[in-house]
Amino acid sequence: MKPSVPLTPPTNAETPTPQQRERATTIFERSVAGRRAGTLPPLDVPERPLDELIPRELLRDRQPELPEVSEPEIVRHYNRLSRRNFDLDTGPYPLGSCTMKHNPRLNERVAALPGHARLHPAQDPRRAQGALELMWRLERALAEICGLEHVSLQPSAGSHGELAGLLLTRAYHEDQGERRTRVLTPDTAHGTNPASVTMAGYEVVKVATDERGGVDLEDLRAKLDERVACLMLTNPNTLGVFDERIAEITQLVRDAGGTLYYDGANLNAIMGHTRPGDMGFDIVHVNLHKSFSQPHGGGGPGAGPIAVSDRIEPFLPVPRLVRSEDADGAAPRFDFDHERPKSIGRLRGFAGNFGVFVRSYAYIRSLGGDGLAEASETAVLNANYLLARMKQGSAGRFLPVAFDRLCMHEFVLSGAPARRELGVKTLDVAKRLLDFGFHPPTIYFPLLVDEALMVEPTETETKEGLDALADAFEQILAEAERDSEIARSAPYTTPVRRLDEAKASRRPVVRQPL
Amino acid sequence: MTRYTSATDADLEAMLGAIGVGAVDDLFAEIPADLRLGRALDLPAGLSETECFDHLASLAERNADADAELCFLGAGIYDHYVPAIVDAITQRSEFLTPYTPYQPEVSQGGLQVMFEFQTAISELTALPVSNASLYEGPSSVASAAYLAIGATGRTRLVVSRGLHPHSRETLRTYARGFSAEVVEVGLEGGLTDVAELRDALDSEAAAVFVENPNFLGAVEDLRALASAATEAGALTVASVDPLTLGVLRPPGDCGVEIAVGEGQQLGGRLDFGGPSFGFFCATENHLRRMPGRIAGETVDLDGRRGFVLALQTREQHIRRERATHNICTSQALNALGGIVYLAWLGKRGIVELGELLARRMAYARQRLAEIDGVELLHEAPAVREFAVRLDAPVPAVLDRVAEEGIAAGYWLGREYPEYDDGLLIALTERRSKADIDRLADALARAIAETAAVDGLLPDSGKKPSMAGEVGA
Ligand SMILES: Cc1ncc(COP(=O)(O)O)c(C=O)c1O
Repeated sequence: MKPSVPLTPPTNAETPTPQQRERATTIFERSVAGRRAGTLPPLDVPERPLDELIPRELLRDRQPELPEVSEPEIVRHYNRLSRRNFDLDTGPYPLGSCTMKHNPRLNERVAALPGHARLHPAQDPRRAQGALELMWRLERALAEICGLEHVSLQPSAGSHGELAGLLLTRAYHEDQGERRTRVLTPDTAHGTNPASVTMAGYEVVKVATDERGGVDLEDLRAKLDERVACLMLTNPNTLGVFDERIAEITQLVRDAGGTLYYDGANLNAIMGHTRPGDMGFDIVHVNLHKSFSQPHGGGGPGAGPIAVSDRIEPFLPVPRLVRSEDADGAAPRFDFDHERPKSIGRLRGFAGNFGVFVRSYAYIRSLGGDGLAEASETAVLNANYLLARMKQGSAGRFLPVAFDRLCMHEFVLSGAPARRELGVKTLDVAKRLLDFGFHPPTIYFPLLVDEALMVEPTETETKEGLDALADAFEQILAEAERDSEIARSAPYTTPVRRLDEAKASRRPVVRQPL
Repeated sequence: MTRYTSATDADLEAMLGAIGVGAVDDLFAEIPADLRLGRALDLPAGLSETECFDHLASLAERNADADAELCFLGAGIYDHYVPAIVDAITQRSEFLTPYTPYQPEVSQGGLQVMFEFQTAISELTALPVSNASLYEGPSSVASAAYLAIGATGRTRLVVSRGLHPHSRETLRTYARGFSAEVVEVGLEGGLTDVAELRDALDSEAAAVFVENPNFLGAVEDLRALASAATEAGALTVASVDPLTLGVLRPPGDCGVEIAVGEGQQLGGRLDFGGPSFGFFCATENHLRRMPGRIAGETVDLDGRRGFVLALQTREQHIRRERATHNICTSQALNALGGIVYLAWLGKRGIVELGELLARRMAYARQRLAEIDGVELLHEAPAVREFAVRLDAPVPAVLDRVAEEGIAAGYWLGREYPEYDDGLLIALTERRSKADIDRLADALARAIAETAAVDGLLPDSGKKPSMAGEVGA
């Protein structure tokens, strides 16, 4: 277990870091009977016994065991916990498919303005005109970026948008008196795509990928028939390559009577350069928490607005945001329209993740049209530069690119040679990167690539950051050539070392016994 | 260069050189020419930070927020005080900017937060397993239907009319994908009609969906509802208000198998309805069918305690089309706010808050019922929200009190045609006795004036369209 050569950064499993010496302690374990943080306003109405107000049998017998901790200790607890996280504000985070771009603090500030943060969703729309106008402007911007005229901001994340898109497809076909049962997804698709297909009541049919990383047209043709409701695709796809035959693909599906769904998780590659609507897609979801700078929050919140074509529009979720203009030239008015007879209905409460809309709208206005196009250019430049560096030296030898062509905003490497020749798996390389102060790329996705490493630097990473990342890979591989055990036992410097994930699933402990 | 990128001309030259192309545009060469946009996006030019701030601030100013008005709006989202430490902690970069914890060694903070959150929610609901969050309330209800259908092999969803209208609508939307049928059970005296529920239950019923307190604010007898479901072999799904669980009998003690709900009450901003979080708890036997992330405790190589994402084989990234749900990005940051809030409120606070609300509720109900032209819509017990009927068109009354800076409540007419004269009024610890008195006085005046102007009563004009859907 003990590494045989000095490590960089130097550390060693037998001399734990101060953080490693600290045993993880939960807020419940810090609880001391009698302590408290929050206090409430005093009772200003008669103190009636509770069981006089609510029958005893509807009341709780045993108090819930929430923590009893003072405010200073709560703050310390969560501050300490925060230091056990790696985050984008601290270092490079080239997590493929996740678009870990900088999260501007301005956006946090404007989202916190009382007019936004303190606005109740049931407020009369006449007294929430600023909020409705913001949403309307965001809808218009997304329509322009996607090249599809009609937008609903309602879905709460990408996968929610996917489900919406599939239910829209179902409603569209039913309206035509048709019942279709299958949805095509390429074998490179993100896991949410097939999962959404099942939730929407369809059967998944996989389409193969050709030798250039695009859709295998022959396989697509073979699988297209009157049972196919939809093709779900992302372009550039999860291999980071742009499918040049996209217009032909969408035409084939359209001719077969299917709808076309564009998974917009990769929109960061193409903003202002090409548009899903122009490629022939009907429905697009946009991950505002990817391309439009909403912070990921350790797993959300996000938002997954959808933009759709004319033929899908009648089915969009309610309520729809509408704008009207009086003839007398007064300021336009905004309202929610609930009366859409063909609508698929609601997908959630109220009008969506408004706080996310504020941040993404601020982002779009900060950059403007040209700035968004430039963001995509720089994202593609950064990815291609990093790829060029990764093709050299040991990285080029042990972690070759899966499809050797120009990439868009991300690329996929295969760690198969590293595993074969060095005995070091992609997982090991990723874990060792943690010691170098980088968050690793996405690993083992897409499934098509053996030992995949999916790298997305985003436009906000600097050239120095990219160089440092490439250097770290180089060093890790050089180290592995000397002694593969170093990577296999990594990481060493993180708050904990490799964790037993199998145990956590075999005998799940998912809450603390109190 | 935009202000969020940093490639200088020198960088650009070096990078293009390394790639081996002459210009950035060459990198887009694989996009066919006829698909290139070939023009600038038709969007306003970029703004400096101060201009952008000013623009957003000018939009925000056009909203009457809960600081500008006395807010009695609820309907699932409530104006509770958000403690300063919630903002301070959720705005820390280390929590704000990471992705979902796919690399547990550098995500122990976020994973432990999930574990603590699960513990607190499980404790509140008295159900043994909780996930780490779903999007929000109504979609969590629909997610429970997906589990219930999978667990029972049945496809009929029996829904109380006391369930939040947004939840019922969301359930209907999702149900088309599940090929499930939705049947609605009416209310009697503000509460789910148990006799009608028993009639609606048969061997095809997958689950019964109820809310507690229900949308009209009435505290349901969850045990009676759950036992009716159990007798028919159906699961009970209760959507619960977590802040009432310091005083109300928790779903887990009532025979409920799945508890879900909206978490905004727990330290969340109003945010015009989102982002907040949804929660999802269940009895142990449903653990492997649960939707969403679940953190679990384990140990590292050296035996140190640590946390990981547990039971990932349920999830879309592993199980794909056979996953228990499609959710990926969820609401982790809001759930962090939730556990910080619950720690702040603490073991005593959650009970005290429930008691304070229930007592103010009793006062408010009595105070309003004394007004000429106001009567209680139901007499069922209530904790934090209650419904009244007005002897005047509700929208007109709401407009009048709004002129006095009061958002008096939520008009029930759109979603409940049978309560076209209904108004739903919510309390939080921020609405004092003096505020309730102010509301009562304003309502009394507004009802008198509206009734005087309109001559005869009540006809609000705008008839809702949902009537046809009732019980469908
Ligand atoms: C390609 C792709 N599609 C869909 C999704 C799902 O998006 P979300 O996490 O917002 O639900 C993701 C996000 O991980 C993705 O990378």
